[in-house]
Amino acid sequence: MLVAVIALVSLAGIFGLLLGFTALKFKVEGDPVIDQIDALLPQTQCGQCTYPGCRPYATAIANGEADINQCPPGGEVTIVALSDLLGVEAKPLNDDHGTHEDIPTVVIVQEDICIGCTLCIQACPVDAIIGGAKQIHTVIEKECTGCNLCIPPCPVDCIDIIPRPTAAAIWHPPLPGGPVTGANPS
Amino acid sequence: MSSSNQKITPFHGGLHLDGHKQVSTQTPIASIPVPQYLHIPVPHNSEVTATVGEHVLRGQALTTSSNSMTPAIHASSSGTVRAIEMHAVVNRSGQLLDCISIETDGNDKSIEPLAALKPSADNKQECLDRLRECGIVGLGGAGFPTAIKVATDKSIDTLIINAVECEPYITCDDMLMQEQASRVINGAETLASIVSAKEVLIGIEDNKPEAIKAMQAAASNAERGKIVIVPTIYPSGGEKQLIQLLTGKEVPSGGLPADLGVVCVNTATATASYDALHQGLALTERIITVTGAGVKKPGNYLTRLGTPISKLLDFAETDHKVYQQLRMGGPLMGIPVKDTSSPVVKITNCILAEAAQPQHAEQPCIRCGDCVRVCPAKLLPQQLYWFTRATEFEKAEDHGLFDCIECGCCDYVCPSNIPLVDYYRHAKFEANNIKSERIRSDRARIRFEQREQRLERKAEEKAALRAAKLKKLKEREEAKAAQQEGTQDNKQDEIAAALARVKAKKEKTND
Repeated sequence: MLVAVIALVSLAGIFGLLLGFTALKFKVEGDPVIDQIDALLPQTQCGQCTYPGCRPYATAIANGEADINQCPPGGEVTIVALSDLLGVEAKPLNDDHGTHEDIPTVVIVQEDICIGCTLCIQACPVDAIIGGAKQIHTVIEKECTGCNLCIPPCPVDCIDIIPRPTAAAIWHPPLPGGPVTGANPS
Repeated sequence: MSSSNQKITPFHGGLHLDGHKQVSTQTPIASIPVPQYLHIPVPHNSEVTATVGEHVLRGQALTTSSNSMTPAIHASSSGTVRAIEMHAVVNRSGQLLDCISIETDGNDKSIEPLAALKPSADNKQECLDRLRECGIVGLGGAGFPTAIKVATDKSIDTLIINAVECEPYITCDDMLMQEQASRVINGAETLASIVSAKEVLIGIEDNKPEAIKAMQAAASNAERGKIVIVPTIYPSGGEKQLIQLLTGKEVPSGGLPADLGVVCVNTATATASYDALHQGLALTERIITVTGAGVKKPGNYLTRLGTPISKLLDFAETDHKVYQQLRMGGPLMGIPVKDTSSPVVKITNCILAEAAQPQHAEQPCIRCGDCVRVCPAKLLPQQLYWFTRATEFEKAEDHGLFDCIECGCCDYVCPSNIPLVDYYRHAKFEANNIKSERIRSDRARIRFEQREQRLERKAEEKAALRAAKLKKLKEREEAKAAQQEGTQDNKQDEIAAALARVKAKKEKTND
C-alpha cells in the first residue's frame, strides 16, 4: 500500500516537473490559432469586418469577439475554411459588412486628374501606391488588394475600381451543367 | 538498326477504338494553295514587330518576345500586313485573339534561309536559339516550345520520337512517315545530337504498317534510331504513356520526362527541327488531316499556317450540310471549331467533321468505376468528379488532379454521359486560382506587416526625436538659468566690492 502510494506520488512529481520544464523550454511564441485563422483570410486589409486589418480580425475571432462570416472579400470559401478550422457551423456571409464579388478588383489612378496630394498613399494598407507630393501617383496593380481604402480620402475622386486585368483576361472553364434528375430520356 | 525486339511495358487502362485512319491515307499529301488572306494569331507575351501596310516575306518574323518560353511567329507567305486586330481562332473559350492579317501577293517570296547549323555538344545554346527563332513548337497538339524541352541540363539517355498518333482519324504523322521517312530520321538525329542522347527510339502504333516499313528502311542507314512497334491502344501517344511503353519507367507526378533521362518529341516536330537547323527555315507550314462526315476528298494537306479552316474544307470538297460539328484535333481531345474563318495554327493536326451523334443528357454518377478501369494516369475519375462538384479543389489536387492528361477515356466510357474532363478543366483552373490567390494574399500580409512595423518604427523615432529635443531645450534653459545666477553673483560681488571700496575711502577720509 505504502509502496504504491510512494510510487504514484513520485511518478506524479516526475511528470509534473517534466511538464513544467517542457512548458518553459518549448514555449510557443504567439497564438498559433490566430496565425492559422490569419492564413485563411484574404489579406485585403480592407476593414469591412470592422477590424483594422486581417490580423486584428483573426485575433477577434480567436477571442470569440467576432463571427466568422464578416469577411466579404473572402466570401463563402473563407467562411467554409474557417468553419473547418474552428469546428463551428458555416453560415452565410453577413450582408452588413458587404457583398462578395466573384471577379477580383484593383484600383487605378486617373493620372490626368490626380493632384499629387499623397492622401491615398497614406491610406493604402499594403504600400501599393507610389508617388510623391505634387507628383502623379500610380497603383502597383500586382500589389493592390482591392480594399478600396484609398477611395474616400481622395479629394478629386480620381481613383476608379476596375476588374483585376490579369484575372479578367483569363478564360474561366465553366462547370458543366450537372446531371438531369428525373426520368431517363433515352 | 531497325529491329523491334524492344520490350513493351503496358500502361494502365486505355481504350481500343476504331481508328478510321484508312479513310485519309489513300491519297498522297497534297498542297493547299496559298489563300488570299492569312491570319496569324499573336502569342501571349509577344510584341508585334510588323506594322500595318508593311510588305513581308515568307519566313519573316512578325513578333519578338523577351520571354524565352515564347517562340517567334512568322509570315507564312509574302504579302502586305493589312490589319492587326481581334479575329476568331479555335480555342475552348471562344474568345477572339489578336491576329496579324496578311493579304498575300501570290509571289510567295521567301527571305534568305539562315545558315545551316550542325548540332553538336558545343553549340547547344546556338541550336536552342535557332529553334526558338524558327518558331518550333510541339506539333503533336500541345504546342510546347521545343527549345525548352531540349534545353534540359539533365543527362539524357533516350530520345523518343512520338510517331504513335493514337487518336482516331488523325493520319498526318502517318503520311509524313510514309512519304518522307528520311526527313523524320534526320530530324531525330538532329534532336539527338542537341540533347546528346545515346539512343533514339521511334514508337509507332501497329496499325500503320506502311509507315513502319518506310521508317525501318530509312532507319537502317541511320546511326541511331530504333523503330519500336507499340500496340494500338488509346492513349499510347500520350507522352507519359509512351515513355512507360518504351522504357518501362513512369514519369513521377509533377516531374518531367527529363528526370528519367528521356526527352519525347513528336514526329512532325522532329522534321521541323531538322528544317530549322539544317535548312535554316522557319515553321510556316504543316501537314493537316482533313477527314470525317461530308468530306469528299479526305486526306492530308500541306497547309500554310494562318490559312482559314474554311479554305481547307473547300479544298477537300466538304459538304457542309452533312456534318454536325467541326473539331480541331481528334474526336476525344479535339477542340470544337465555332467559326470556320479561324486560321489553322501550329498545333492543328486535324480538322474533323463529325456526323450528328445521339445526344444524351448528363445523368447522376452511379459509381460504376468504369472510368477507373480506363484511366491511363491511374486516377480515380469519379472521386475527382465528386470533389469538383463539392468545390473541394484542394482535395481533388491531393487525389492527383494535375496528373490528369485530359485524354477523355473516362468521358468515353461513362454510362451516365458525364463530361468528366470538363469538370477537371474547371477544377484545375480553380485549384490554380486558389494557389495564385494564396501567393498574392501572403505577399499582401507581408507588405501589411512591414508597413505596420515601419509606421511603428517611425512613431518611435519621432517620439525619440521629440524626447531628445525636449531634453536639449531643458538643458539649455538650465544652463541659461545657471548663467544668470552666475552673473547675479558677480554683480553682487562687484557691488560688495564697490561698497567695500567706498567704505574704505570713507574711513580714510575720516582718519
